[in-house]
Order: sequence, then C-alpha cells, then structure tokens
Amino acid sequence: MSTTQRRPLLTDTSAVAAPYTDLEQQREAARIGMWVFLMTEVMFFGTLFVVYFYDHQLYPDAFASAGGRTELWLGAGNTAVLLLSSLTMALAVQAAKQGRGRALLLRLLLTMSLGSVFLALKGLEYARHIHEHLLPGAAFSYAPAGLARPAELFFYLYFTMTGLHALHMLAGLVWLTALALRSRRGDLFTEVEVAGLYWHFIDVVWIFLFPLFYLVRGH
Amino acid sequence: MESARGEGNLYRVAAALLVLLALTVGLSFVDLGRFNFAAALTIAAAKALLVAYYFMELNESVDAVRFMAAAGLVWLGLLLSGSLSDLITRR
Repeated sequence: MSTTQRRPLLTDTSAVAAPYTDLEQQREAARIGMWVFLMTEVMFFGTLFVVYFYDHQLYPDAFASAGGRTELWLGAGNTAVLLLSSLTMALAVQAAKQGRGRALLLRLLLTMSLGSVFLALKGLEYARHIHEHLLPGAAFSYAPAGLARPAELFFYLYFTMTGLHALHMLAGLVWLTALALRSRRGDLFTEVEVAGLYWHFIDVVWIFLFPLFYLVRGH
Repeated sequence: MESARGEGNLYRVAAALLVLLALTVGLSFVDLGRFNFAAALTIAAAKALLVAYYFMELNESVDAVRFMAAAGLVWLGLLLSGSLSDLITRR
C-alpha cells in the first residue's frame, strides 16, 4: 500500500471506512460522535452558566441594573438572525440528503450570510460597550457607583460567554465554508448533517445567553 | 412528497421559534417580579427543545443519540443543582 494513500474520512460517504460494514452504520457513528462532542460542550458552557446563576443570585440588583445597559433590540434581532440561520442550515441538510448540489450551496451560503450578520452586529455591540466604558478592567466605570463591582462582574460574564459563543460561530463559519467549496459533490449528506448538529447547538447556547444578558432588567 | 412535507415542517418550527422570541421580549416589559427571569428561562428551554427535537433531528435519531442527549442534560442538572444548593441553603 502506498504511503500517500489516505484513509477515507469517517464522514466521507463515498466509501465505507474501517471498521464499518455499511454507510448507514458509518453515518450513525458520525452522528453519535458529534453528539458526544456536543455534550462535552454542554459541560464547557454549563460551567459558565453556573457562575452566572451564582452571581445573579448574590447580586440581583446589580445584575438587573447592568442588564438594562445591554442592547435589547440588537440582541433580539440577532436572536432572530440566528434562529433563521438554523432554519437555512436544516434546509441545507435536506438538500444534501437529496443530493441537490445547487440548493445545498445556496442554503449553506444563506446560513453563512446570516452567521456573518450575527457576528457583525455583535461587534457593533462590543464597540458601543467599550465606548461606554463597560469593558471590565482599568477603564471600567459604572453609575450608580455602589453597584459598580458586581456590575463589572456581569460584564465580565457578558464578554466571556458571548465572546466564547462568537468564537464557536467563527469556527462554524470556517467549517461551512469548507463544505460550500465542495458542495458540487453529490455525497456530502453525513458531513453536512454533522456540521448542522454543531451549528444548531451553537444556536441553542445563544437561546440561553439571550435571557441571561438582555432580558434581565429592572422595571 | 415526503421531503417537501419535511421541509414544510422546518418552516413551521422556525415560525414557532420566532413567535416564542417575540413572546419572551414582550414579557420582559411586563413587571412579574422574580418570575420575569423564570419565565424567560422557561421560554428559552422551550425554544431549545424545538431546535434539538426538530432541527437536530432527535425525533428521528437512534437510541444511542437520545441517550447521549439525555446524559448531557443529567450532568448539567447535577452541575447546576449541586452548585446552587450551596447558595440557596446558606441564607
């Protein structure tokens, strides 16, 4: 056997890789593997959610005050953008399943466009918060001053959790780009499906980040 | 056609998700006291279930996949309840 010969990828449905006996078994293994990875991601983000709930319980007034300083309408709009990107991703999986290369490419590009809009709006929010001295650190300033320390904690969590979420989105965009470049191939079903699971999971993380940072407000 | 019906279902799920988003934003303007946060988290959980069940296809997944998803929820539940029980019982 030549050393340049590559083993087929686990998700490459054009060939059955060892140790699988058929394509369906290989596809199930890829899906289960992705779910196992996503459950490690549950633990990754779950730890940060614990910190949030803990601090929210300790400083409810400061969190309500600081929550009023985030951009509710940008956040709500971005949530809609991300939910729609999950729809186009699910439609892309359907196109891949049916071997419709053009529809697959179109739907992947739509998903990537919506993902890019999300990141652009997030960047706009970050710029506004930094301008308003809400980035934790030496330049942080907050009124009323009595709530400044726990409010800084709120914004530490805000930047950490939404930042890590944005990094996951960026990785998803790179992944979808790689798939779009090969979308003319007719047998990408398993690969698109596994990428879709990842994309939807990132959507689920945001679904929980949204109430934590945008809907916690005083009345 | 099977696939067309499948795609129609995806559009309906997306519409339901957007309705829930509008609902949770609207509720945030109503003063429910401490129930504002609980309501927002409940709606978030409903949205997450819709995404997991229909978009991530838990509705047609093999048992091993459903088992993994359930295990993740149980671990997260232990993490949350274990950590927060300390805070709640401290008062």
